[in-house]
Amino acid sequence: MALLPFLDRSHTIAKPGFSRWMVPPAALCIHLCIGQAYAFSVFNLPMTKLIGITQSSPGDWNLPELGWIFSIAIFVLGTSAAIFGRWVEEGGPRQAMFASGLCWALGFFISAFGVYVHNLWIVYLGYGIFGGIGLGLGYISPVSTLIKWFPDRPGMATGMAIMGFGGAAFIASPLSVFLMSKFSTPTHVGVAETFICLGVIYLIFMWIGAGIVRIPAPGWKPEGYVPPVVEQKLITRNDVYVYDAIKTPQFWLIWWVLCLNVTAGIGVLGQASAMSQEMFPGKVSVVAAAGFVGLLSLFNMLGRFFWASTSDYIGRKNTYFCFFALGTLLYCLVPWTGSIGSVALFVLCFVIIMSMYGGGFATVPAYLKDMFGTRYVGAIHGWLITAWSAAGVFGPVLVNYIREYQISHGVPKAQAYNVTMYIMAGLLVIGFICNLMIKAVHERYHMKSGQDANRAQMGVGAAARPAGA
Amino acid sequence: MASENQTGTSTLQLILAWGLVGIPLAWGVLQTLQNAMKLFQ
Repeated sequence: MALLPFLDRSHTIAKPGFSRWMVPPAALCIHLCIGQAYAFSVFNLPMTKLIGITQSSPGDWNLPELGWIFSIAIFVLGTSAAIFGRWVEEGGPRQAMFASGLCWALGFFISAFGVYVHNLWIVYLGYGIFGGIGLGLGYISPVSTLIKWFPDRPGMATGMAIMGFGGAAFIASPLSVFLMSKFSTPTHVGVAETFICLGVIYLIFMWIGAGIVRIPAPGWKPEGYVPPVVEQKLITRNDVYVYDAIKTPQFWLIWWVLCLNVTAGIGVLGQASAMSQEMFPGKVSVVAAAGFVGLLSLFNMLGRFFWASTSDYIGRKNTYFCFFALGTLLYCLVPWTGSIGSVALFVLCFVIIMSMYGGGFATVPAYLKDMFGTRYVGAIHGWLITAWSAAGVFGPVLVNYIREYQISHGVPKAQAYNVTMYIMAGLLVIGFICNLMIKAVHERYHMKSGQDANRAQMGVGAAARPAGA
Repeated sequence: MASENQTGTSTLQLILAWGLVGIPLAWGVLQTLQNAMKLFQ
């Protein structure tokens, strides 16, 4: 970006004395904004009453039509992360964060216009396409930077950022409801104005993050940090080029590991409210079910930090073994908790499952770093995000269709989820096997130093002196 | 944008940066916990 030189990678190299602890808040500035996607459903109902105001009237949008906004955004997230991953990696985090903020805010502004003129296609273009690109760029932009700043605790560092994505809905949801209540009048639903406000707030927040972020100078390492002398089989010291990485069996095994772990969690997350009420009729009210969903989201967020940090000590492969073994056991226990009518045990099972769902997202960047090195980890992570898009389709489809099939064949509603739970457990067993098959990447995929210089051209040759921790 | 010429990070900068992200997140978590308690009432 020659027009904006301060965004260049060379302008983001940290000076001596820069604290690496400034980088996680910079990453959180991005993830706390783009994670709003998880709270988009708060707009669904108001957007079905844009004409009728108090209730839907002819010409108003319906829920299935509105559901596509989120689906398009998540699909574009995966594809843009894959397409722009290399650009993000080579151009540096600041320009990626800046572009992400711009796309994300533009998505809201265009959507506001779409709501104002009542044209859903404009909203699809705004939130779905522009917002989706902002999501993809923003999701991967801080990952490799954090890994480079925290070579001693890469799991914890990326876990912190990705925790922000999981926690963003806690802020976005009440904020959106508050703004809509301020802008709505007896003759108008304040969705468009809320979109504009959110766009402005997120733009400022994300650009602050872009301003704070720095990359470490070449050769920098944390004070007192000594890289492990004894070589670990599953932690490489070499780098693998992004387009070579996606040719390795390891990449696709990790793709399936993530996809299966997410599939098992995402279907349940979408149906949690209905499931808790149907499995415990008379015991779980609508209000309590909403509380249950909130609790799941909280553990989804906390699990991201907890499991990713734990993986720094027990290793990534072992962490995923925990997810798959413990997850299988817990999914098999869920029907039993329903049969004995224990809400507490049911909740306990699912909060642990949700913590591992979040943990799967947060641990995977460090897993990729272990397998493919730090150089292109952001770009490789971008390609891996497509597993999330795939799981976003598999998970809800599995849960919804199996439930429908069970009910249509006379199974009581309270037991309609049992088969689904066993299928989820089965998916986790397959995930366990995929994880078991992951071995170190063959050395023929490792980058050579000359190849590195030709391909990367990152413009960090004029190295600044190492900065302090 | 923070100054490119700065050489060190002050404690105040760290507090501001973490406060910027930590305070809204803590507020959101508190709201969610209050709602979640309804599950056990």
